[in-house]
Amino acid sequence: MTHIEQLEAESIHIIREVAAEFENPVLLYSIGKDSTVLLHLAHKAFFPGRLPFPLLHVDTTWKFREMIAFRDRIAREHGLDLIVHTNTRGVADNVTPFTYDSRKYTDIMKTQALLAALDKHGFDAAFGGARRDEERSRAKERVYSIRDRNHRWDPRSQRPELWNLYNGNINRGEEVRVFPLSNWTEIDVWQYILAENIEIVPLYLAAERPVVEREGALIMVDDDRMPLDPGEVPEQRMVRFRTLGCYPLSGAIESTARTLPEVIQEMLLARYSERQGRLIDHDAASSMEQKKREGYF
Amino acid sequence: MSEPVTPGSDQRQLIERDIDDYLARHADKEILRVLTCGSVDDGKSTLIGRLLHDSQLIHEDQLAAVERESRTGGSRAGELDLALVVDGLQAEREQGITIDVAYRYFSAARRKFIIADTPGHEQYTRNMATGASNCDAAIILIDATNGVLTQTRRHTFIARLLGIRHLIVAVNKMDLVEYDEATFAAIRGDYETFASRLRVEDLNFIPMSALHGDNVVERSTNMPWYRGASLMHLLENMHIAPGGGIDNFRMPVQRVSRPDASFRGYSGSVASGAVRPGDSVVVLPSGLATEVTRIVTMDGDLEEASAPMAVTLTLADQVDVGRGDILASPVNQPRVSDTIDATLVWMGEEPMAPGRQYIVKQGAKQVFGRVETLRDRVDVNTLEPLPASTLALNEIGRVRLVLAEPVPYDAYEDSRATGSFIVIDRLSNITVGAGMIQAPGGQATHSHWDETPHGALTATGSAVTAEEKSQRLGQTPVTVLFTGLSKSGKTVIAQAVERKLFDEGRLATVIDGQNFRLGLSRDLGFSAEDRSENVRRAAESARQINDAGLICLTAFVVPLDSVRERARAVVGRERFLEVFLTAPIEELKRRDESGLFEAAERGEIPSFPGVSSEFEEPASPDLVLDTVSLGVEDCALRVMELLRQGGFIH
Ligand SMILES: Nc1nc2c(ncn2[C@@H]2O[C@H](COP(=O)(O)OP(=O)(O)OP(=O)(O)O)[C@@H](O)[C@H]2O)c(=O)[nH]1
Ligand SMILES: [Mg+2]
Repeated sequence: MTHIEQLEAESIHIIREVAAEFENPVLLYSIGKDSTVLLHLAHKAFFPGRLPFPLLHVDTTWKFREMIAFRDRIAREHGLDLIVHTNTRGVADNVTPFTYDSRKYTDIMKTQALLAALDKHGFDAAFGGARRDEERSRAKERVYSIRDRNHRWDPRSQRPELWNLYNGNINRGEEVRVFPLSNWTEIDVWQYILAENIEIVPLYLAAERPVVEREGALIMVDDDRMPLDPGEVPEQRMVRFRTLGCYPLSGAIESTARTLPEVIQEMLLARYSERQGRLIDHDAASSMEQKKREGYF
Repeated sequence: MSEPVTPGSDQRQLIERDIDDYLARHADKEILRVLTCGSVDDGKSTLIGRLLHDSQLIHEDQLAAVERESRTGGSRAGELDLALVVDGLQAEREQGITIDVAYRYFSAARRKFIIADTPGHEQYTRNMATGASNCDAAIILIDATNGVLTQTRRHTFIARLLGIRHLIVAVNKMDLVEYDEATFAAIRGDYETFASRLRVEDLNFIPMSALHGDNVVERSTNMPWYRGASLMHLLENMHIAPGGGIDNFRMPVQRVSRPDASFRGYSGSVASGAVRPGDSVVVLPSGLATEVTRIVTMDGDLEEASAPMAVTLTLADQVDVGRGDILASPVNQPRVSDTIDATLVWMGEEPMAPGRQYIVKQGAKQVFGRVETLRDRVDVNTLEPLPASTLALNEIGRVRLVLAEPVPYDAYEDSRATGSFIVIDRLSNITVGAGMIQAPGGQATHSHWDETPHGALTATGSAVTAEEKSQRLGQTPVTVLFTGLSKSGKTVIAQAVERKLFDEGRLATVIDGQNFRLGLSRDLGFSAEDRSENVRRAAESARQINDAGLICLTAFVVPLDSVRERARAVVGRERFLEVFLTAPIEELKRRDESGLFEAAERGEIPSFPGVSSEFEEPASPDLVLDTVSLGVEDCALRVMELLRQGGFIH
């Protein structure tokens, strides 16, 4: 078996284990490439059956339009049970990437929204597409990451996780975040998308897009909510995205890679890591660990 | 030895030149799972940082972050501290130590590596075991200025215990001992002495400086006396022998897939061996036999599935199969028992409590279980077993576990997937132990019969001959085995015979199964293995009693003919008689005042011969007594007759 096949088998094993042992699991679907691979693996895990759990998308209302269109089409085509949750209070309070700093915005519109959705539906297990190669504190996290009643992660008291024997026993109110892609790397994900011919949001491939430069990052002007400085004019540039999120917070990279192999080639030769384009991760050395302690994915 | 390649630059050229070719090759790479371990501060995290750095696998922004942090924190007072690449938790960076396992990924020309960096601190030994459970190879670091320490030994032992067969001992910080060959040789010698007891198949030594990169990716120019490969070269090229375990098919069922009335499939990951449509399989623990009809996947039906593939099987018959059951090839089946002998690594803050109920997760099954016996604890320094009444955090011991119901399992050395289990605390839900099941015969099981006594032992005879004893007592010693189901009358008839013999002036003694369990066999349960061991002890005792000149009357169920046969061989064929007591089961139930049969029928007694476990009728008994038509007195008379006919009494 090739390493990709081994990774695929390991992930399917994890997904099935959760479906068998938890009462009310959910798959957190962010529309990005990792969630897309996760969804594909879930389909494989339960074939010829349907997914025995719903999908949850936490919509900040600032996602790229192409992402939302893609999400709705995929859900329709596969007959998925899709829950979309938005922090409507945050929207009413005008919490946007332009009115608050990225840390506060992320906390209110993503983390708090996620926690409210988990509580509302009483999910006891939530799949996420995070990989350990993404970031140093992720590299420390278990496949089954136990969160307490307040959804907090305590890195000091993680359960030993041996072989493929996952311990999902929890007390009422606690929940488990499950990361079936833990052992995948960025290139594995791309290679799998290529090999399995999985459809992804086209924003990952280079195209002419209207962008402006902000604090050294290229931000795509995805709709007219983006406030432009006086005299600032969006420029058409050949760009693509390594990760997708809220468009005002996702830095594009200049690229000519219009095909997957070209994207992989660029990625392998790149000198910067994937999370670099993500504005929210730069706040402090341990910001990811801190956010996870607070309940972030 | 050829110069090692630098995977970074080499790979890079291929990627630039021909990405499709690179991807094709990358797809074919195999995964090697490696662990770094060793004592605190031996340089494990630094080594991984160095490996990634010198393979040009750390991105510029990541390196910039590490450089920034090295100035303010880290352990190198301003110098670049590559351990910070892996020490990802805030507390780790503050304290300059590793607390929890970190996983790092990189690939070279031939292999893709998953490296688990584990903590050296004794307090976090369980995290080291966690990292080791999925690894094929271990890099054990030793600080050249300290040599082999307790923690080095402990980690080596745990690595072996968890089945890691390839060890690379990296003698690190050679820069601090002026790259001295003699220092390296001395440490190597010490380590070899210790490791010789652990049967390591593949043991390699590399002198190294993780800090400066000597022999990490490139061969060092500071140690021309070292002729071996660099670590990277070794990792890329070392031969990893396939599993070593059994190749019979097994698949624990994770989930029954029933999307609609027309489809019923069993989903799981193949744990060992392979399966094809048309193969016969048995469902365990029930033992029902059926046939595989299809191997279903989203990519189409398969002709064959092998470990570790995740598949869904359909079966020919509507047999009862649920989560936790194992589908297995009928040849060389897993054992099914409620009793498991295992080596247990304790991971709970609270000590292990023998007798307490825990949750045991094995395969896809969770059952209640308790530690019935703690045989010993292993001293990691000497590897000697020590008596123990409990296991504290990070201690390792040999236990006998009794589960609430029988489960199918294999020995860990035969199959990691079906031979391992975790122990979960019922209240806190925390994983408090990890177990590796021992091959039957590793402890008091069936094949104690087969064990060879220590070579230095010799048998001595008696000062009084058998003839002298026989003359004095007027009898030729013999052992009578009264075998039959519970309540068949074994004890009463044996006692009646004892009385008659005594009244005739002979000397006999009764060994009763229950009495035995109150004393000599107090440590045994009622599984097939334990019953067998109980009989072995009885047979050895009967032999002693016969050697003393006495007649021995033994009252034991002995459900298996093979076990009766072995008892006969131990006692001596010429002086062993088998008496089979029979009665219909209704009659036995009627005699059963304590309700054992009914309890067994309700499933409360898992291995009760004749009800919930097998009873083989003796193939060639010397006497069969129908205890319904014959009373105790009549039965006793017939046994006396048998003894007379055999010439044991006159
Ligand atoms: N001189 C010298 N120092 C080294 C070498 N390798 C590591 N060190 C230093 O040893 C100290 C401990 O290194 P770490 O990599 O954190 O050790 P560790 O084995 O990961 O420690 P724990 O994970 O906490 O058990 C650091 O100050 C390193 O810089 C080496 O080859 N030579
Ligand atoms: Mg370390």
